[in-house]
Amino acid sequence: MIDEVVIETKNLNWSYNGTKVLDNVSIDIRFGTFTGILGPNGAGKTTLLKLILNLLQVEKNSILIRGIDIKTYSRKELAQIEAYVPQSVKIDFNFTVEQVVMMGRTPFLGRFDRESSEDIRIADWSMKETGILELKNKLITHLSGGELQRVVIARALTQEPIILALDEPTSHLDIHHQINILSILRTLAKREGLTIVAVLHDVNHALEYCDNIFLLDKGKIVNSGSPENVITPKVMKEVYNLDVNISKNPFTGNPYMVHDYI
Amino acid sequence: MRFREMILGKYKKSIVLLLIIILLGTIIIAGSLGSAKISFSNIIKIIFAPITPAGIQNERLKETSRIIIWKIRLPRIILTVIAGMGLGVSGAVFQGIFRNPMANPYILGISSGAAFGVTLGMTMGLQITFLGIGAIPISAFIGAISASVVVYLISGGGRDILPLLLSGIAMGFLLSAMMSLLMYFNRSQLENIIYWTMGSFNAANWQKVGITAPVILPGSIFIILFSRDLNLIVLGEDSASSLGISVKKSRLTFLLISTIITASAVAVSGVIGFVGLIVPHAMRIITGPDHRTLIPYSMLGGAILLLISDTIARTIMAPTEIPVGIVTSLLGAPFFLFLLNRMRNPK
Repeated sequence: MIDEVVIETKNLNWSYNGTKVLDNVSIDIRFGTFTGILGPNGAGKTTLLKLILNLLQVEKNSILIRGIDIKTYSRKELAQIEAYVPQSVKIDFNFTVEQVVMMGRTPFLGRFDRESSEDIRIADWSMKETGILELKNKLITHLSGGELQRVVIARALTQEPIILALDEPTSHLDIHHQINILSILRTLAKREGLTIVAVLHDVNHALEYCDNIFLLDKGKIVNSGSPENVITPKVMKEVYNLDVNISKNPFTGNPYMVHDYI
Repeated sequence: MRFREMILGKYKKSIVLLLIIILLGTIIIAGSLGSAKISFSNIIKIIFAPITPAGIQNERLKETSRIIIWKIRLPRIILTVIAGMGLGVSGAVFQGIFRNPMANPYILGISSGAAFGVTLGMTMGLQITFLGIGAIPISAFIGAISASVVVYLISGGGRDILPLLLSGIAMGFLLSAMMSLLMYFNRSQLENIIYWTMGSFNAANWQKVGITAPVILPGSIFIILFSRDLNLIVLGEDSASSLGISVKKSRLTFLLISTIITASAVAVSGVIGFVGLIVPHAMRIITGPDHRTLIPYSMLGGAILLLISDTIARTIMAPTEIPVGIVTSLLGAPFFLFLLNRMRNPK
């Protein structure tokens, strides 16, 4: 499985009400990597993420998941491979944390099956990985934003996916919880070989955590590759119209970006 | 929430049993109450008489009691129970589909459609029968289904939830206005129409039981079997899709079945408010929001609440009967305010 291309898009085009949102997007994402999708607002990042999850309908043979056309998978089959953490989750019903996490087992259950002890073990494992095991019996309507986000990630992990797709997983969180979530994801990629695709806004987070970055602007891929090759002063000026300087983070030794203020 | 954990843990199975016992008890009490008092033991004997061996039958039971139970009270009780089950189940389904604990089965214009259908039928002096069912239930059912179908179609086939809700509200206003217009020009029917919209089971008979039971009971069982999908729908469309269910198809199926269930209940009883709203709420407090338990609980809860309300409606001011819709609203509205208050200030 090492070096396998798990997600591939070929000249992907997508329009919404006559407006082109994605224009000739070709990407490939390898097994066990942490991939960031970056770009300004309205660049088409969320659309790209939803397309590779088959949440938006796409033409035949434009997206391959593990080498097979995404259209040949049933919803259930795809749910056994790909899991999704949406941008914002709002649930008005007071499920317990465990009930929500356990819903991640649905793709593996038959119509009339109840969860087995194996399913319970997997749910416990993902709650432990995301540090919410002690919240198990709490009601999700009583959780903080950071706790709820970890519950949603735990539910996604309970699907035992190969691909975990996240849309701005840190957008509503304070800086401690942002780092906490991203570190959990990096660990899972390294240790479990989980392929992570995340729409990110914070360029420095991408520089620190990603193996690969796709930079989108106005529906097109403007740059892709390793963080230090993608995030350059020239590209940042073109895409974000910002003057930036790339230096080194003294704590981790990874590239770090500072920018001018307009 | 310790109350709920306690119930979920040890007593989960006994709660269903308790609800069934309460329902059976209410049926017997409801059977005994009325202008002719019949003792509990005689009710049980009369109900089981057809399956009791001839040798041990109690011949001293009065023939009048037998007739009162079999011809008058039992069909009404059974019809009330079935309608209550239907309203409880469809209330829980609508709240799940709309991801809103404040939704109710009338949200797509079912009640105003039925009321308009009845008004139209009465003012035109419609004289049709179908399987022993008269013009009023037929016009109510057709009105209810047509209104929901129109709402569904004009809101873009239910692609999004909000247009569906708003179209339902607009349709309600439109139909009420048209109904008022018809009533204004046909004042001779005014009393009948208004009385129908308040809801009542006083026209219950076995024919009505025979036509609603085969719709509401299998419909409810189907919903119970597919209730896990409702748990996912509550999480949101993208989450549910990414967990492997086809949200649009599943939503349409649930909407269709619960609309037919609601329309059948409304057709034989008129517009009975609050049961479909209050019952799933109350049951959610006991069992939590998991639809696999919530739906069967709501089914039993709806039957119990509606049967108690109908028994109050026909006995509290005897010999005058008050419309059951008034009783459910009088009981339901304060409870609803209590729930709202509870949601704003959770302990």
